[in-house]
Amino acid sequence: MSVTAAIVERPPPQARGWPRSRIIGYALVSLWIAFGLGIVAYLVFAWNAEFFAKYAPAYLKGLEVTLSLVAISMVLGAILSVPVAYGRMSKNPVLSGLAYCYVYFFRGTPLLVQTFLVYYGLGSFRPELQTIGLWWFFREAFYCGVFAFALNTAAYQAEILRGAIESVPRGQWEGAASLGLHKLQTLRKIILPQALIVALRPYGNELILMIKASAIVAIITVYDLMGQAKLAFANSFDIQAYIWVAIVYLVMVEILRHAIEWIERRITIHLKR
Amino acid sequence: MRIALRIALAASAALLTLGVAQAQEKTLRIGTEGAYPPFNNLTADGQLVGFDIDIAKALCDEMKVKCTFVAQDWDGIIPALQAGKFDAIVASMSITPERAEKVDFTHKYYNTPSALAAPKDTTLKGVTKEDLAGKTVGVATTTTHFNYASKTYTDSTIKGYPSSPEEQADLANGRLDAIEDDIVVLSQWLDTPDGACCKILGTPNPQPVEIFGPGAGIAVRKGETDLVNQFNAAIDAIRANGKYKEINDKYFKFDVYGGES
Repeated sequence: MSVTAAIVERPPPQARGWPRSRIIGYALVSLWIAFGLGIVAYLVFAWNAEFFAKYAPAYLKGLEVTLSLVAISMVLGAILSVPVAYGRMSKNPVLSGLAYCYVYFFRGTPLLVQTFLVYYGLGSFRPELQTIGLWWFFREAFYCGVFAFALNTAAYQAEILRGAIESVPRGQWEGAASLGLHKLQTLRKIILPQALIVALRPYGNELILMIKASAIVAIITVYDLMGQAKLAFANSFDIQAYIWVAIVYLVMVEILRHAIEWIERRITIHLKR
Repeated sequence: MRIALRIALAASAALLTLGVAQAQEKTLRIGTEGAYPPFNNLTADGQLVGFDIDIAKALCDEMKVKCTFVAQDWDGIIPALQAGKFDAIVASMSITPERAEKVDFTHKYYNTPSALAAPKDTTLKGVTKEDLAGKTVGVATTTTHFNYASKTYTDSTIKGYPSSPEEQADLANGRLDAIEDDIVVLSQWLDTPDGACCKILGTPNPQPVEIFGPGAGIAVRKGETDLVNQFNAAIDAIRANGKYKEINDKYFKFDVYGGES
């Protein structure tokens, strides 16, 4: 035993000199840096105070629409994901079958198609929707967007939740049961705190994906960030309109990424040594 | 040795003539939208048809060049021209000052007015700013109709669509009080079962030339004056030799060229 214990696996020693992989690596990194500098240089060179003054307020309004759309959809989706996740884990074949089909459909079709189906598809059932009094909701493009996005993200969030809960070892349930804890108490006090640590990263990814996917609503006439960019481009034929919008999305995603990393550091403090 | 030389000579001569032939058979790539019937439309089997397409073919025959067609979303049609995806846009593009900063235009090849359509049971009486106050108007973005609507109907909600079929669908669905588009495009749609819901509400009057421009022209990349001149000569030629009238009558009961400008 002592002999094998002495052989510690170490990482390979740092390569010296200029092996080919290092040259290629440096070349690629400098290519990317040059590309980034090129964009910065373009923006400095093409800086157009008039463009900025004219469209910046519109972009801010669009940003507001994007953020509220994503926030509302994420919260509604999170609420809806609980029964779906429950159905997915249920032993009842009807419940689990229904939940499976729901997740299968919403994860298996493009969000763009789902949004179109809700907006134009349901839109053609106006008389029926009017009789049941739901037309006021489906008349508005923003609500249609929220509806489609919430249904979509609920499917993904249900799978995240299910995976996270199932990642907690069975022994935890059994231990809690032997201490006389009720099933719900076990879930709330023992399982979920551990599961949500696992779920944090996937939730963060889902949020980032939703922010980027929300640009889809621009084609169902919602003036979100992307919609405003399209409008600015339509009026100016200036490609800057899209470069700026890309930068705004990039900044949003970057802020979120750091926020999620910070939260993760906080909630895993007890696991670090 | 001599035979080999002869073969080589013959071969190079053949290659030379081939090269010359190819130079004469220059192909011109024409970009169009394909969602703007009856001017340009993609059929179910992927064929481009319509007035723009027939005019473009007639012009290419006149200019003795071979033409191929590329369908491109309206939003990105000018950037695609600039990026060299095709050499000319024949897509009912109105000649406007903003576009003329990015591309060069030929003379107009037709000019039809802008109009508004509304459901048949509409309470709207006309198409002025006051008539449409508080109403929702749908228009395809990046069009002269959109520019006019957003400048004129400032008390209405203007909804922007990627192309005409979407705005028409939403008018039929009842999400919109009116839509603005080319009168010919609207009329054609109103004649279909999908358009049975609606009618022409009226045409804005006057139609300011600084927004609508003198009509639809062919756009080419900036500085390609030769191509512009060739197109202009070809337009004049098909106007003179009756080819234009033949195509016009195939699609319309009236003259879409409009007044001489």
